[in-house]
Amino acid sequence: MIPEIGHAALIVALVLSLYGAIVAALSARSAAPRWLAAARHTAVAQFVLVTGAGVALEYLLITSDFSVRYVANTSISTSPLRYKVAGLWGALEGSILLWEWLQALFVLLVARKAATLRRELGGYTLAVLFVVSGVFLLLAAVITNPFERLPTPAAEGRGLNPLLEVTDMLIHPLLLYTGYVGFGVPYAFALAALLAGRVDETWLTATRRWTVTAWLFLSAGILYGGWWSYRTLGWGGYWAWDPVENASLMPWLMGTAFVHSVMVQERRPMLKIWNLTLITLTFALTIFGTFLTRSGVLSSVHAFASGAVGPFLLGYFAVILLGSLGLLVWRWDRLGERAELETLLSRESVFLVNNLLLVAFCFTVFFGTIFPLLAEAVRGVKVSVGVPYFNLVTVPIILLILVMMGAGPLVPWRQGSWGRLARLLRLPAVLALLGSLALWLVGGVRGDLVALGYTLPFFVAAAVMLEFWRAARGRRRATGEGLPTAFARLLRQNHRRYGGLIVHLGVVLIAIGVAASSVGKVEREVQLQRGESLELGRYRLRFDGLGASEQPTHLLVSAEVQVFEGPRLLTTLRPGQRLYPTSQSPFATVGVRYGLMRDLYVILAGFDREGRWATFKAQIHPMIAWIWLGGGVVVLGGLVAVWPLRQRVVTTVSAPEGVVIAGASEQAP
Amino acid sequence: MIGTWKRWLVPLAAVPVLGLLAYGFRTDPRAIPSPLVGRSAAAFSLTTFDGQPVSLEAYRGRVIVLNFWASWCYPACYEEAPVLEAGWRAYRDRGVVVLGVDIQDTEAAARRFIAQFGLTFPNAPDPTGRVSIDYGVYGVPETFVIDQRGKIRAKHVGAVTEALFREKVEPLLGEAPG
Amino acid sequence: MRRGSIVLLVGLLAAAWVAEAAVNEDQVTAIATQLRCVVCQNLSVADSPSEMARQMRDVIRERLARGESPEQVVAYFVDKYGEWILLSPRPQGFNLVVWVAPFAGLFAGLGVVLLVVLRWTRRPAAPPEALAPADRERVRAELERLDE
Repeated sequence: MIPEIGHAALIVALVLSLYGAIVAALSARSAAPRWLAAARHTAVAQFVLVTGAGVALEYLLITSDFSVRYVANTSISTSPLRYKVAGLWGALEGSILLWEWLQALFVLLVARKAATLRRELGGYTLAVLFVVSGVFLLLAAVITNPFERLPTPAAEGRGLNPLLEVTDMLIHPLLLYTGYVGFGVPYAFALAALLAGRVDETWLTATRRWTVTAWLFLSAGILYGGWWSYRTLGWGGYWAWDPVENASLMPWLMGTAFVHSVMVQERRPMLKIWNLTLITLTFALTIFGTFLTRSGVLSSVHAFASGAVGPFLLGYFAVILLGSLGLLVWRWDRLGERAELETLLSRESVFLVNNLLLVAFCFTVFFGTIFPLLAEAVRGVKVSVGVPYFNLVTVPIILLILVMMGAGPLVPWRQGSWGRLARLLRLPAVLALLGSLALWLVGGVRGDLVALGYTLPFFVAAAVMLEFWRAARGRRRATGEGLPTAFARLLRQNHRRYGGLIVHLGVVLIAIGVAASSVGKVEREVQLQRGESLELGRYRLRFDGLGASEQPTHLLVSAEVQVFEGPRLLTTLRPGQRLYPTSQSPFATVGVRYGLMRDLYVILAGFDREGRWATFKAQIHPMIAWIWLGGGVVVLGGLVAVWPLRQRVVTTVSAPEGVVIAGASEQAP
Repeated sequence: MIGTWKRWLVPLAAVPVLGLLAYGFRTDPRAIPSPLVGRSAAAFSLTTFDGQPVSLEAYRGRVIVLNFWASWCYPACYEEAPVLEAGWRAYRDRGVVVLGVDIQDTEAAARRFIAQFGLTFPNAPDPTGRVSIDYGVYGVPETFVIDQRGKIRAKHVGAVTEALFREKVEPLLGEAPG
Repeated sequence: MRRGSIVLLVGLLAAAWVAEAAVNEDQVTAIATQLRCVVCQNLSVADSPSEMARQMRDVIRERLARGESPEQVVAYFVDKYGEWILLSPRPQGFNLVVWVAPFAGLFAGLGVVLLVVLRWTRRPAAPPEALAPADRERVRAELERLDE
């Protein structure tokens, strides 16, 4: 009964999405309010139906109804509740449903705001969003139906993939999917602007908050994924340049480029074609990501099963790409692009270089990811493109990006002067060199590594903090307020700029963490008898014994390891292995001692069934916590940039097109 | 600005990429062609679960069906075990030997597997994995067909069916050893 | 005298053996990071926790101890598994494309940006329309304040 109701809900929602697209498009063309109202109501109905389908599937999972194929594949009756809940998106069909639920949510949110937008813009945007929703509903209702019944109900389920049986499973996909789906909103606005034939700044200001919010969620999702990988996968790493990881990085890179280059178009009628192309590519890459995960075209640790989904998603990707770019070319002359630059050095050109570097980075990752396919097509031989390649090839671009992050914000709009820039950069450069020198002499880090891994991040950090300092000092001089107040007011008055600077600072912290932990990593793999110790760096690890305990879904074998520094006992770690009946290889539970300056990471690599000996892999990761802290700072900066402040009073002033009045655009959501 | 027809290059540039991705549907990223087919098989020397020594040298002059398996490899190894046993019984008097190598497994589970299917052909464990690496094995089950002179003539990834015996082993029976 | 030299010889051999073992571990890891773990997805033999990867590391260790060079050890694995087992494609033949593409892309992009910027700076800026000088001053002051 329930599965059929859920399935019916999806089918009705599919029909509604088509209806919604039609009335939304009509509302763009006619001034009658009833079309927009109809679209709004359809959005509500669609959301309710999709939510209902989700609730139905959750109910089936929680009650372990094994007559449904999806429940039998992703759930087991002995699972704790939270893993049954997470089973909703643990496999292909459910994840499509989750994606669609988020899409329906965004359609609803935009529908509610549509009344405040220009008629054509609001209408066409909603229409595009309804179409996107319809595509995913088509997938969810017809091609990858999660409510499909088994011919005979299974006696017991197979359970969630053990790798996913962690609390992180509740958070990481939600963050990522929100980011992916969220980028659909600025894309829909861009497409609407093209369809309406009006490409001016209004579409940009309308979408600004949506874009940064989507970017924020995607950044958080990617960082969280790395943290999850580090904490639970048991290999001590956080990024493997896996094709699906790359597929999340690529839209992020393009999205970051877009967030920067729209700032140029907000001020002058420049880069319109480029921005439209950029947001199209960003959105298309989110589809590319879901295609890679679900098509089985490239092998990946994230890959779901394949089937008809692959060709469907490839077709969708093709339509988005070719359709949007075709529309762009068709409207080319209507775009009113008037590109001009006063001087070579200006914030505008800085953003162009920023875009160049980010797009080049994205191209590098893209090409490396699909090269195995290309090589096979051309030579008929399978090759691998993995970590060593990507690490080598992306380092130069990342270093250049770091340089730009430091120097860029210091260049003024329209007319910059090289002399002034050099003067502004002198102090950060000096501070960076001093800091690096100190690190080399006192910290004992090798010279060439310091130069590569630390000098540039220090430079950027110094430049950012000096910007804050200068601005706060300027405020103080003007208003006489205290330093903390000056800082707070700075953030309030120009939260976009200073939020952005905080994000840059966060990225710098991440860069330092990445550099320190990759270069300084030490590792040993040793077999120990009970009572024996191994030495690693400043630590001594003593193996005290093995223990086994029955868990609801697996057998947990853990070793007790005492960690000493000299004579002092620091902590007890319990690295272990989880043995599942459905899987041959065990899954690791690592024992980690977290610290600001270093993490001690211990893996149980093998053990004797009698408990007499065990093999341990112990690693020290210097300063790896800086990556997660830096991630937190990035999220904080994003929140500062996007947070809705007290509304300023806006008086409408008619001005000829091409003139932007400073401050008035703060009102737009 | 850019001429009218040249603008269409922008969307058209996407087409080759799409074509390449579509090509990807015809390939299987997990099917790695083996470089060993057509080359001499690596020598090995193992001890069966019954305590008998087996080696490549010992079977020179006969066609060897070398099968890598594991007791946890479900369902493929479970599907092919009866096929291999039947093939062994049918061809053992015609100069063919079926040899199973158990990898990444425990002895108890392996013996249970052998008992479950009543396997009578020689099966030996490869505890250090040397033999599986020597044969470029990257998953189970994998089966090699080696001719009387010790050359690898075929490799099959996945569960074996009787088609293997018909199409790959039979044609070799007429060849003269040495 | 003879006993002393025997002790010395044994001591030297022991030291050599220990020294070789110490060198080997880093070399093992260095080689293992180049090879793809065949049963995992996209992990290197050095990082992978699987049993197969451990066996492969043992093979690497054994071969290095036998006196093989790192290149020979890598060549052995390529011989058995094909090019696919290298995590980084060998820079030869068609594979050169993937090594050149990132830099070619960056330089091509740089060229485009330079061309575009040069063209745009040569074009005289269209003056904003009909804004009173006093208003223009106010706008400029506002802009400067915001950029601070």
